Amino acid sequence: MAAKKTSAKGMDRRAVVAALVKDRGDALVVTGLGSSTYDTFAVGDHDLNFYLWGGMGGAAMAGLGLALAQPKRRVLVITGDGEMLMGIGSLATIAVAAPKNLAIAVIDNGHYGETGMQRAHTGLGVDITGMAKAAGIKSSTTLRSMNALKAWLKTWHHKSGPVFADIKVAAVPAPMRLPMRDGTAIKHRFRTALLGNAAFD
Amino acid sequence: MQTDQQTRATVWPDDIFEVLKENGVTQVAYVPDAGHSKLINRCHAEKTMKTVVLTTEEEGVAMMAGSFMGGAKGVLLMQSSGVGNCINMLSMFQECRLPILMLVTMRGVWGEFNPWQVPMGGSTAKALENAGVIVHSVEHAEEIKETLHACARLAFNTHRPVAVLIQQRVIGFKNWSK
Repeated sequence: MAAKKTSAKGMDRRAVVAALVKDRGDALVVTGLGSSTYDTFAVGDHDLNFYLWGGMGGAAMAGLGLALAQPKRRVLVITGDGEMLMGIGSLATIAVAAPKNLAIAVIDNGHYGETGMQRAHTGLGVDITGMAKAAGIKSSTTLRSMNALKAWLKTWHHKSGPVFADIKVAAVPAPMRLPMRDGTAIKHRFRTALLGNAAFD
Repeated sequence: MQTDQQTRATVWPDDIFEVLKENGVTQVAYVPDAGHSKLINRCHAEKTMKTVVLTTEEEGVAMMAGSFMGGAKGVLLMQSSGVGNCINMLSMFQECRLPILMLVTMRGVWGEFNPWQVPMGGSTAKALENAGVIVHSVEHAEEIKETLHACARLAFNTHRPVAVLIQQRVIGFKNWSK
């Protein structure tokens, strides 16, 4: 099918997420439900990963709450284009709240990969980088190559945020790798790593 | 001279502010509501509180999950009409056993003028309870302090989602002739 040939173009999503989390240091990572959660687990499981398996549309805002709670840490949200679109208003909220330590990376395959690869708005011409810019997130960019992604890593590690990148990847499913699903276990693992005994106060 | 009752009617937003401070709340997310306007102003003026205006209520629900994961306590302010927007996002709180403190000003139940507020006003408490949220309701201004304090303790000490519904009787009738 012609559509599938076209959608196979673009970066490998696992290679993209691996590059994003490689030198994360003590950063906190929130992953949007579906492939972003699986990718992040597959290439870099970490106690400080908040894996979302639900709450579609909420990843960026969970990132905002975390960034405001931990202003000395970098916070990276890794999520899909469909998940970002469901909470698109949060780009306006984040622009106004202006957390200096928050980065949002959208893994954009232009499709709803979890539900049968239906084309998403992003695959039909909608430009979420433009939406992020118009909301007021000045550092917003679309990345189309591994070189461009490598250059952006400095932005997410160091630039005063919020920063946003829409990263175009191929619409090719990656091998299934699933992290822990129990939400309470995910909470305790993350909070214990971040807060120590205070997690149980 | 103001009667005690009139005084109470004007100071309850201050009561809420004090209880939030006392309970260590440092993040305040809201969709504006006339009933919360005085409280919102006080929170904006308070340096220990980060105040975030939302485009829709469920953003605040997701934000509160991140806040608590990061070790902070937050409060989410909204009107009853916004509760309907929050339902799926609240699933995170039941599944992850996270606390959330929601402060909901009611519409559509007491002396309402706008019929479009009645359906959501009538289902607010049930919708929250169905989503696993513990619901307490305040009918009189003098109860707010005690109820909110109890709900904040319940939410943050036991990691449970809790909502306080401030009934329209407390807020008074909206003046439509202004």
